[in-house]
Amino acid sequence: MSLSYEDVLAKYEPVWGLETHVELGTVSKMFCGCSTEFGAEPNTHTCPVCLGLPGALPVVNEVAIESTIKIGLALNCSIASWCRFARKNYFYPDMPKNYQISQYDEPLCFDGYIDVEVEGQTYRVGIERVHMEEDTGKNTHVGTSGRIHGAEYSLVDFNRAGIPLIEIVTKPVPGCGALAPEVAKAYTAALRDILRALGVSDVRMEQGSLRCDVNTSLNVPGAEWGTRTETKNVNSLRSVERAVRSEMIRQAGLLDAGTRIKQETRHFSETTGDTRPGRSKEEATDYRYFPEPDLVPVAPDAEWIERLRAGLPELPAARRTRIIASLGLTNDEIQQMANAGVVDLVGETVELGAPAAEARNWWQGYVAQKANEREVDAAELPITPAHIARVIALVADGSLSTALGRQAVDGVLETGNDVDVVVAEKGLKVVSDTGALQAAADEAIAANPDVAQKVRDGKVAAVGALVGSVMKATRGQADAAAVRAILLERLGVPE
Amino acid sequence: MSDSSLANGGSGTDLVRLTAADTAASIRRGDVTAVEVAQAHLAQIAKVDPLVKAFLHIDADGALEAAASVDEARAAGEALGPLAGVPLAMKDVVVTKGLPTTSGSKILEGWRPPYDATITTRIKDAGIVMLGKTNMDEFAMGSSTENSAYGPTHNPWDLTKIPGGSSGGSSAAVAAFEAPLAIGTDTGGSIRQPAAVTGIVGFKPTYGAVSRYGLIAFSSSLDQAGPFARTVEDTALLYDVLHGHDPCDSTSIAGLSFDATGAARAGAAGDLTGVRVGVVRELGGEGYQAGVTASFDDAVATLKGLGAEIVEVSCPNFEYALAAYYLIAPSECSSNLARFDAVRYGLRVGDDGSNSLEEVMSLTRAAGFGPEVKRRIMIGTYALSSGYYEAYYGQAQKVRTLIVRDFQAAFEKVDVLISPATPVVAFGIGEVVDPITMYRNDLCTLPASLAGTPAISVPCGLSDGLPVGLQIMAPALADERCFGIAAAFERATGILQIPAVTA
Amino acid sequence: MAHLARLARLSVTEDELELFAGQLGEIISAVARVGEVAAADIEPTSHAVPMTNVYRPDVVVPSLPREAVLAGAPSVEDDKFRVPQILTEEA
Repeated sequence: MSLSYEDVLAKYEPVWGLETHVELGTVSKMFCGCSTEFGAEPNTHTCPVCLGLPGALPVVNEVAIESTIKIGLALNCSIASWCRFARKNYFYPDMPKNYQISQYDEPLCFDGYIDVEVEGQTYRVGIERVHMEEDTGKNTHVGTSGRIHGAEYSLVDFNRAGIPLIEIVTKPVPGCGALAPEVAKAYTAALRDILRALGVSDVRMEQGSLRCDVNTSLNVPGAEWGTRTETKNVNSLRSVERAVRSEMIRQAGLLDAGTRIKQETRHFSETTGDTRPGRSKEEATDYRYFPEPDLVPVAPDAEWIERLRAGLPELPAARRTRIIASLGLTNDEIQQMANAGVVDLVGETVELGAPAAEARNWWQGYVAQKANEREVDAAELPITPAHIARVIALVADGSLSTALGRQAVDGVLETGNDVDVVVAEKGLKVVSDTGALQAAADEAIAANPDVAQKVRDGKVAAVGALVGSVMKATRGQADAAAVRAILLERLGVPE
Repeated sequence: MSDSSLANGGSGTDLVRLTAADTAASIRRGDVTAVEVAQAHLAQIAKVDPLVKAFLHIDADGALEAAASVDEARAAGEALGPLAGVPLAMKDVVVTKGLPTTSGSKILEGWRPPYDATITTRIKDAGIVMLGKTNMDEFAMGSSTENSAYGPTHNPWDLTKIPGGSSGGSSAAVAAFEAPLAIGTDTGGSIRQPAAVTGIVGFKPTYGAVSRYGLIAFSSSLDQAGPFARTVEDTALLYDVLHGHDPCDSTSIAGLSFDATGAARAGAAGDLTGVRVGVVRELGGEGYQAGVTASFDDAVATLKGLGAEIVEVSCPNFEYALAAYYLIAPSECSSNLARFDAVRYGLRVGDDGSNSLEEVMSLTRAAGFGPEVKRRIMIGTYALSSGYYEAYYGQAQKVRTLIVRDFQAAFEKVDVLISPATPVVAFGIGEVVDPITMYRNDLCTLPASLAGTPAISVPCGLSDGLPVGLQIMAPALADERCFGIAAAFERATGILQIPAVTA
Repeated sequence: MAHLARLARLSVTEDELELFAGQLGEIISAVARVGEVAAADIEPTSHAVPMTNVYRPDVVVPSLPREAVLAGAPSVEDDKFRVPQILTEEA
């Protein structure tokens, strides 16, 4: 039996929390000098250290420490004056040493928060800790299913092993009510924006450089918090929202049936949008943490921390406030942009020289529509403010019509290329050859005698269908207004 | 032996009995070539190693090639370093590019590392000629070299006895004149104890003075590589090659530069006037063989005769060293040895298509590790497991602090501390079967391991024809002091006579 | 004991389990002596010479040649390390 979301909220209050893993954008790995470049040939970015060869020892990447401290500062955290790495011991073939160098009870950053805004209301999300660890290699499962279950064997590539990762753990967040999924999503978006602004990670969710585990529990109002489940592999903003929502509905169904919630790890399916139990481990894993004896403590002094603080860029929240103020928009307009998730994108487009109205039209209109079709957020599309600013400029100087501009956007979404490259490759340009347009107009009139007659009879508005036909014949490269004028002239109808 | 006897090349026997310092001087002068020196030692290995079994792998071609390049460098007029052309035996725990490196374990049989340990590079750069890799207790876990997967090494003084451990191959090679220099590693005494029971000198440095990069880890917070030789000066010469900062080892101490050789040469003047020597009350008495105690008492008298002021000091927490060590080392080893998993290198057992990866890993580790290694992995896994960490590993780390404090308090009163290096002389191969009895061999050496402080073992006599070692311990970073006092003591007592196998 | 062996990925026979159980019991009771020390207010020591903040610059250095990476592997396919089927799923 499945409850509606409203039913769930009528009886239960959700508490959520997120653990977010982010790959840092250092050029070398966390503990060795191997490149972090994505997509290299298998096992070519490996050395004695990241392969866990006997005798090899780790040495900490200083930029990774600085990036982590910057993240901590941007998240209003305290920075530990002394902390250690720890070994997390468990066997897995993609982990070369069979222990992961991580941090256990001494995170580098702790006790912070960020504020996120949803539907005009501000929610404070507490940050429990920010700590450093290393990524694992990648297993490819070979067999009929291509998945771990039923695979005949697996192949391991250690290029990703040892890439610096940070884990950002929120405190449990109660009090969001029906908006819990949206607040969780807004937090993830805010975090992503902060990481981008800091320049510490390229935060490409599609390459797995930002991955979330979502904790969710329900409780009856006034009662203690319920048992939480942890949903792993939630790798897009929309999925964070969906994972919280589907887990709330699932748990409410169980609670209503009098079933206890099992503390367990679940997996999120991008295709179905729901969660499934992870394969339960035959016994609880005991990670046997202990301080990493191959490394010395990290002890940033106040001078170092203050130097990093002074070097922080303007953070997204401050920046957003400043940009919104400069756009001169009404509150309603700002709210519309916020709902479409395009405030920062519009702001950045304006900063690149585009008029605010145009920027808003493109992002809130065509681009938002494309994002909807793909079921992602506009910010997750491979199109940037720079792309849109260029499209706006080309439309403004008459090089492209609005329709061609949309084709340029489509091209960018398909290829990720620059606008000028797309325009050149697709041969997008406004057709101003009057002879060609006249021929196309005559063809359209001949092909649609009924419509032509209506126009001649005075129903001028019907000319739109003929315009569409000409635009189609010229693959959108004509200026619609010019086509309309030519058609009316050929039909002998005065404007 | 006088250098003049080498004027016309000298006999092979003469060459292997030279000190490293004299060998290097002879090569520099052109009295002998490095190739001749290497050949003489390879001949000695061929003669005695079938009995001693110090080496797991002999790299004759590599040794002769390295020696030839020293000779070429000399011919080209290049200045040779203080140990250029001198042969060395390398403990098999140290990674050597392209040369088999097993750490005494079946699980690494046939592995040829794709890289060199930092100390391997330093040794090669110094023109030292590596003869091969020496036997050891598997993964350096043991005090007798009986835990090697490749069979025991025999003590040159009495082939039925153990050569100490875990660096028993290295100590036996030096004692049997197979090499004038050797590398050992010391985690709880694995340099000092084998040096003591084979009648040579062995030094464990301050933790962090010698790079651990490329040492197959046993217990990361304790492991230190160090030198073996038959004289204090040779030991110091090799130490001066080994020590120094390494950016590849995070625990390596920056900006460190000792002149151990200078300290040894200065100490050889033999005057210890004004030096305060502390005798550790807790490292003696019950459980120490009478012959060991007698030799130690003689050593105390010798030091006093050299002018030292002898003071008895108490280090009450030393009695917990054994317990703390046998929690810390197994805990760290249980994690360090997890990487031997049949995925990237080494043995794989049971991969017949019917077993899962976990089963293959478990079967491989069961087949590839010997009983002592398994025992320690099990103890360490237990000591780190949730609910026990604080009581065991956590508490053991606190005991370390107390031992450090005992040392600090003692060093406020004295310049060095002394004790026997081992409670007993070399015992018979196969004689000690009980693990805890075996562990007690490290009683004297464990405190300095846990405190990370430097300590040297120098021969101080024989008991029933078997060598006894004197341990001299100094404060952290006072490595030179060990050499100075050891050299004074050596000057007064002389170098031990030749062991039975080579006589 | 069997749980420990599993955690440590050591395949052990019943006889070995029994032998180890006896020996470990003895060893553990011997090392448990560390508990006799009153050390509640004592800081643990993990390095004898205290050091902090040891880092390397974020600079790429050449990796190993792939032949060297794969040379020692028990089984290789498509330039990757080949392993038997993985049954358990973790982290």
